Amino acid sequence: MVDWLIHLAALFAGVAFLLALTRFIKGPSAADRVVAFDVLTIISITGIVLAALTEGRGIYLDVALVYALLSFLGVIVVARYLEGGF
Amino acid sequence: MTMLLDIIGGLLLVAGTAFLLFGGLGLVRMPDVFNRIQAGTKATTLGTLLTLAGATCLQPAWGVKLLLIGLFLLFTNPLSSQVLARAAHRSGAGKSEKTSIDRLEEDQRKKP
Amino acid sequence: METSDKAESGAHNQVILFTTLFLFWIMLNGTLAADTLLIGALASLSIALLLPNGLSFFTELQDTPQALVAGVRYYGYFFKELVRSNIKLTAIVLTRDLPIQPGIVKVRTKLKSRMGRLMLANSITLTPGTLTVELDGEWLYVHWVTVESTDIDAATAKIVSGFERYLEVMYG
Repeated sequence: MVDWLIHLAALFAGVAFLLALTRFIKGPSAADRVVAFDVLTIISITGIVLAALTEGRGIYLDVALVYALLSFLGVIVVARYLEGGF
Repeated sequence: MTMLLDIIGGLLLVAGTAFLLFGGLGLVRMPDVFNRIQAGTKATTLGTLLTLAGATCLQPAWGVKLLLIGLFLLFTNPLSSQVLARAAHRSGAGKSEKTSIDRLEEDQRKKP
Repeated sequence: METSDKAESGAHNQVILFTTLFLFWIMLNGTLAADTLLIGALASLSIALLLPNGLSFFTELQDTPQALVAGVRYYGYFFKELVRSNIKLTAIVLTRDLPIQPGIVKVRTKLKSRMGRLMLANSITLTPGTLTVELDGEWLYVHWVTVESTDIDAATAKIVSGFERYLEVMYG
């Protein structure tokens, strides 16, 4: 039962990932792509947590945390670049 | 008891990822970058928080670390959206033709 | 921005930043072993010394019982609004003709502290149909998916007041 629910959740996350990827490819502006990238990262974090659950390995959570940290910094840096000033 | 907690956890996971799905759909359907940020940021924040809560139900031993990820996302997710929205506005991103008013642009024009 | 003594509030903020970082470190490691604590303390100390204006969750938080009560009620209200905002957005996204009427309105906040304003901006971003675009002193520019009012006072009442009454007690 629970395994089945985790797999359903993984399916939802996968479809969400594909939808966000569509926006990432279509753009049209750089800002649109960064929004899509931000959403893609967060969906990936959910994916990592789901992987940690199915594999039963808590060490993956550290990966998720560092990923969240790096994505936040990445979005801030790209946003500063779009504003045209560092 | 554990069985019940497991099922609640599984349902929370499904609910959380369902919100991610609607967020992704919003990202595709919304007409301009600001509305896309709105759809993206709200759905992903609640979606991940629910997923993390579900994972805590399934693996209570991971609670502290999951809480840490949750707190971090709760604080940085809206922040990066705001910075991005500001950058989009400053770089003159196109707005949907449905947009009725833009006080920020009006005020910026007034300033020299 | 602040009227209080700059140097004193700087040192105070550094102590708060150190405490936040150290707590974060302990939670991250999940252990109280002496060597782990020592490394964490050294790292937190050097970061706090490098950032004289460091901002943390606890910066400018009032230490009164009322602030604690307001904090708990703030989070209750916040999660209620977060769920409501997601349901509203889901409904919009699932409607065929996309019923939106977006616009950017201007609102004003009574909050004085940096952290209070930051928390307010974050809260606005996560609540039904609103997104903070620009902060300019006491003025906030908010993108609204369905503009209900373009008047400053009416928009402030609709967007800001709900959170402000709690944040005012928490951060001043």
